[in-house]
Amino acid sequence: MEKPVVKDPGFYIMVLIGVLIMFGAPIWFDLFTIMQVTQYVVLSVYALSLAYIWGFGGILSFGQSCFFGLGAYTFAVASINMGETTFPFILSFVLPAAFGAALGYFMFYGRLSDVYLGVVTMVVTLIFWKIINHTAGPEYSIGDARLGGFNGIPSIPILNMPGDPEAWLDPAQMFSFFMFLLIVVYIGLRVLIASDFGRVSVGIRENETRSSLLGYDVRRHKVIIFALGSGIAGMAGAMWATYQTFIDPNAFSLEMSAKALIWVMAGGVGTLVGPIMGVILLQWLSLKLGTLQFLNNFVILGAILMVLVLVLPRGLVPSFRHWALTGWEMFRRRERSAPPAKEVASDV
Amino acid sequence: MDYAIIVVIEMLRAISWLVLLAAGLGIIFGMMRVINFAHGEFLMLGGYTVIMSTKVGVNIWVAILILAPLCVGLFGVLVERLVIRFLYGRILDSLLATWGLSLLMIGGVTLIFGNTVEGVSTPLGSVDIGAYSIPAYNFVLIGFAALFLLAIWSVLKFTKIGLIARATMQNPAMAEALGVRTTWVYMATFGVGSAVTGLAGGLLAPLTGVVPTMGVNFVGQSFITVITGGASMVAGTLSASTLLGSISQATTIATGPVYGDAALLLAALVLLRLLPQGITGRIFTRSL
Repeated sequence: MEKPVVKDPGFYIMVLIGVLIMFGAPIWFDLFTIMQVTQYVVLSVYALSLAYIWGFGGILSFGQSCFFGLGAYTFAVASINMGETTFPFILSFVLPAAFGAALGYFMFYGRLSDVYLGVVTMVVTLIFWKIINHTAGPEYSIGDARLGGFNGIPSIPILNMPGDPEAWLDPAQMFSFFMFLLIVVYIGLRVLIASDFGRVSVGIRENETRSSLLGYDVRRHKVIIFALGSGIAGMAGAMWATYQTFIDPNAFSLEMSAKALIWVMAGGVGTLVGPIMGVILLQWLSLKLGTLQFLNNFVILGAILMVLVLVLPRGLVPSFRHWALTGWEMFRRRERSAPPAKEVASDV
Repeated sequence: MDYAIIVVIEMLRAISWLVLLAAGLGIIFGMMRVINFAHGEFLMLGGYTVIMSTKVGVNIWVAILILAPLCVGLFGVLVERLVIRFLYGRILDSLLATWGLSLLMIGGVTLIFGNTVEGVSTPLGSVDIGAYSIPAYNFVLIGFAALFLLAIWSVLKFTKIGLIARATMQNPAMAEALGVRTTWVYMATFGVGSAVTGLAGGLLAPLTGVVPTMGVNFVGQSFITVITGGASMVAGTLSASTLLGSISQATTIATGPVYGDAALLLAALVLLRLLPQGITGRIFTRSL
């Protein structure tokens, strides 16, 4: 059960930390570090999109990278054609959300169960991946933007100030803007989860039949949740595209979907802070381990995913919370009732 | 006339292709309700077995028909003992764990063999039909697909092993009470499913060539076939392969291979919207 937002101290602490980083980081760190941290921020937004639909809507999507890639390509094509980035950035939220709603209609109104859902989302991602990979020829272009097939789209514009295509954001401004978006997404999702709509979606996650018998339209709720998650993933894709100024079909790859799942799983399904921690911890870890010659990224990701499922299925944040609570509980009990402990024991 | 025969054979080949891809997965999913997401990588392992053993001079048919299923089958038993057996009844967790396994296998094979395409030439020559000529290997594929389905069907229907397997599938607790070691049945099922997958991988290797990442190309087709097929193993695989194989091959002939794949997946999505339990969830429900 989620606490109301106003009474949850963790929420304020997280937002405060976020705002501190948003304003502080450009002053404290050098440019290279800022660029590195920007990557974590973008991927955190992407992780939050899955954390929301999986943890609070009970929808396990294996194709989150489908929307990530769709957002990235939407932004790339639109901004190259239009020469400014504000409208393309909004479009990169709207288009994936619309596509997510359409796909969600097929899946949820077809009443597909969770496993089938995973496979269908993955298959849709594969379709995109295959088709985009085959657009190498010059005939595949939308306006001025050539899709470039497996070579990807180079020289994607950097974000500019709204209304002024000449005023590009420098890396520090871009970092602050992305951090701002992350905070907005976090607050938005946290408030949404604590609202009536959020309660219903958690109810659906817990027991679909009961929710529908209580009169809630399970299918419509799921479509809305899925579309919202898709939109956020698409926005993360646009952020990624403008951060790298380059995008290739790997944005649609299974690896990209797997990463989102692993981050959410590692941090803890059913939390919003966990996935962000998952991104930071695992991206940092795979950066460090990736420098070793005898391992590659797939081995590391795969091993982490398997170990997580087998050993820590709840994820880091919920596990630590659980350990801390039980530890505190045990400590308090010992303090209060040290002498009568024997009585209890003899009673058994 | 000749062209019509060619088209029919191409259709049959596309259908057999799906049957071969899906058979092993169907056994594991149909019996154990475990989703093996590393299925594509099991195919890849079968392919590598064939390539590596023909390189050291083993006859290609021995490699395809004996070594590939043996290796992948043993690997499957190992995986079941180390990972899958902790995850029975937790279908989503099994899905995530086997996905981890698939990434691990892609990475591991890349480290050992490098990221290059290895190939072996297709055995048998070609057959002339009128003015056209097609590879004789196509008939091997069609034959084996038919053999797969026939073998699975007759084992399940007529043998005691099949009876035990079906009992375990329908009611594990009751089977256990009647003295069946269900853990062994599960282990054996996973092993047989892996072996069938290995054989399929071996058969496909001469056609596709093998790379560590090849599994990704097959995993979508395999899963979509099994899932649109639905609950019954043989009837489901057969009906789904026939339907999807014909659609994708027709599109391929009309436009090109990329859109053929896309049409297959799209057809499956529409079908699942109409029949969420798969074809055999609504039609042919009483078949095996």
